Amino acid sequence: MTTATGRQIPDRLTSPLSRALKSWEALLLVVAVAIFIANSLASPYFLDPWNLSDASFNFTEKAMIAFAMAMLIIAGEIDLSVGSIIALASTVMGAAAAAGMGTPALVVLGLGTGLVCGAFNGLLVARFGLPSIVVTIGTMSLFRGISYIALGDGAYTTYPDSFAWFGQGYVWWVITVELVIFALAALAFGILLHRTNFGRMVYAIGNNATAARFSGIRVEKIRFILFLLTGLMSGIASICLTSRLGSTRPSIASGFELEVVTIVVLGGVSILGGSGSIAGVVLAALVMGLVTFGLGLLNVPGIVMSIIMGLLLISVIALPRLWTMLRK
Amino acid sequence: MLARTGAAGGTEPVLSLRGIVKTFPGVRALGGVQLDLYPGQVTALVGENGAGKSTIVKILTGIYQPDEGQILVDGAPVHFPTAQAAGHSGVTAIHQETVLFDELTVAENIFIGHAPRTRFGLIDRKAMRDRAGAILRSIGADLNPMVRLKDLSIASRHLVAIARALSIDARVVIMDEPTAALSHKEIAELYELVEKLKSQGKAILFISHKFDEIFRIADRWTVFRDGQFVGEGLMADVKEAELVRLMVGRSVDQIYPKRPAQIGAPALTVVGYCHPTEFENINFTLHQGEILGFYGLVGAGRSEVMQSLFGITRPSRGACRIGDDVRVIRSTAQAVHAGIVYVPEDRGKQGAVKGLPIFQNVTLPSLARTSRAGFLRLAEEFSLARDYTQRLDLRAASLDQDVGLLSGGNQQKVVIAKWLATKPRVIILDEPTKGIDIGSKAAVHDFMSELAGQGLAVIMVSSEIPEVLGMSDRVIVMREGRIAAEYTGDEMTPENLVRAAVGIN
Repeated sequence: MTTATGRQIPDRLTSPLSRALKSWEALLLVVAVAIFIANSLASPYFLDPWNLSDASFNFTEKAMIAFAMAMLIIAGEIDLSVGSIIALASTVMGAAAAAGMGTPALVVLGLGTGLVCGAFNGLLVARFGLPSIVVTIGTMSLFRGISYIALGDGAYTTYPDSFAWFGQGYVWWVITVELVIFALAALAFGILLHRTNFGRMVYAIGNNATAARFSGIRVEKIRFILFLLTGLMSGIASICLTSRLGSTRPSIASGFELEVVTIVVLGGVSILGGSGSIAGVVLAALVMGLVTFGLGLLNVPGIVMSIIMGLLLISVIALPRLWTMLRK
Repeated sequence: MLARTGAAGGTEPVLSLRGIVKTFPGVRALGGVQLDLYPGQVTALVGENGAGKSTIVKILTGIYQPDEGQILVDGAPVHFPTAQAAGHSGVTAIHQETVLFDELTVAENIFIGHAPRTRFGLIDRKAMRDRAGAILRSIGADLNPMVRLKDLSIASRHLVAIARALSIDARVVIMDEPTAALSHKEIAELYELVEKLKSQGKAILFISHKFDEIFRIADRWTVFRDGQFVGEGLMADVKEAELVRLMVGRSVDQIYPKRPAQIGAPALTVVGYCHPTEFENINFTLHQGEILGFYGLVGAGRSEVMQSLFGITRPSRGACRIGDDVRVIRSTAQAVHAGIVYVPEDRGKQGAVKGLPIFQNVTLPSLARTSRAGFLRLAEEFSLARDYTQRLDLRAASLDQDVGLLSGGNQQKVVIAKWLATKPRVIILDEPTKGIDIGSKAAVHDFMSELAGQGLAVIMVSSEIPEVLGMSDRVIVMREGRIAAEYTGDEMTPENLVRAAVGIN
């Protein structure tokens, strides 16, 4: 009998703490603190709580989607239609508001539109096995195209007064409603990805979808749910953005998809799937927000700002790889 | 007319191998083999799966370098450091799965890598087209050189592969299972082509499992067994039975830990399983405590049957009874739920989830048990993983280690541990010891016996005859997608298995 003849294998060799200290997230935290200090030295207006509160709108809506997108990318998929889902959900809410519906109905419609769009993407990818990058480039045009047909050059500008709460309201002192939603979403997705069976299966699929299927995991079902979640978060972001702007044009949230993916990748999620964390995405969103705000205070023009963001992304992604190359 | 020896048949070998040794980590693929190929003659290379045939082809075409031994062309030693070098010496191969380019034309495929050039160094498309046409006509292939490859049938693709082999003015043509994907008519055409090549004085190495075609077209035979040269001679002087005996006859140098089993009630009954392309009318019953061996040649459909039982592919017809429950398994999740688990042959792609730590691999199908209300409980996971990896004598630095860093044998143990942790009723092991070291092999065999002893029903798909005979209570032989024979007790002999697998009555 071979039972119990094996030698004892230790559970872990490195403690979770020492692993955390050497992690990508630790590096991002250092970067975030450095930018925070640099900003407060560069501009006397930076440390004003109300200014910081205003600045948080730079990232809150994108980061909500980024959490769901991070899980999608970890599972080896991507959704490039998120900006267009926002536009379509906003258009639906605008039309409903114009028809005299109240805030609760608008919220339901915004969330519902996000879920329907996510389900459509998920169906095409999970059920018919189409590559997600192609599907969502298609639905990116499709969803926004519907908004253009509905609105043309026009805009919906009349929303109920109470609807403004989501994008313009404060929960307490300088803490905005959006910041609270951001924090709750971070917590919920952090738990979902890192503390549940579902999250574990997402990692398994991202590392090897075939072996995951051969391990009895319902790969298609999980992919579908991930698209559904991304649609839902896009719906929430659409409610916040529409409420904050108080108007809907078909060009709303254009280019969001790339900024969301930028946050995810900056947060240390492998674009090839299989690794990454929600903590990294939170820190990446903060870094993005701090950089944009700091440059804005210094009156750096928008075009220069996008150049700096691009360079930041490339250098942060390239540094670890350069580092390992140099060590060899 | 088919002559046994062509008109151009020579007496001096054009290519010879002497004392070729090739070792891979943990496996000695070739242990000093020899091979002679004569101009204008077809030499059949015969051996079981794993005898070293594919390795010798790769050495002849410059893909592998031998550790020891000599390659002689016209009696002079040569080296084939690259595929190009082998091509320059006039050696070319038509592989089992021929590597061609779908989006390129027939002419481009034939001349890829050595296309005729204009004086400006650009590809001379007209010369390429004309020469491709000439080569195709010389082998009797009526193909337009400008057609894209993807528009051709499989047989026509083979002709293109042959034309490519001839475009480099080959003296030695290696055909590795060339008829595996062909219809009867196409096979007849291939035989004619072989005759043509013989009459042009080319030496042909013909690798095939099918005895009828070997006896039809080969002039000479060479047998390998377990990476060793066993014998050679003229086809005219040999009988089928003699070749079979040489292929399988071996000293029993491995002791299998098979214990007499208590065969219990039926655990799994498969009724009329069919698949449009892979297998047909599969019926068998597996009992508790039994190890049922599945033998057959590569491509006989064994893995495909097992994967459909595990819910990877759906059968077009048929059902299975698991315990008292009659059903068709539609997904792997259903299979695991019903207590059927599958250890795949392709460990790297289908078995281990590389990138995840060992303990997470082990608990992947058991998360429902280790978690509470869908939330992970790491302590439970470590305890389950510790338990099962220890029973399989896993060697690893820690349970938190990436499974991709383990050796093949230890990865296999992790995959088996993963399934045992689900407490299955039926475990299917597909080539469980392929490519793993002797030590791990023994551990896997030992454990299989123990599992059967505990009443688990075990299916073992294996292409290694000693393993099949050493471990199984009963053996089913498959050939071309059907069950060809079933043997128990004294009928379980190497000769019977090979006869059924290759289709000799």
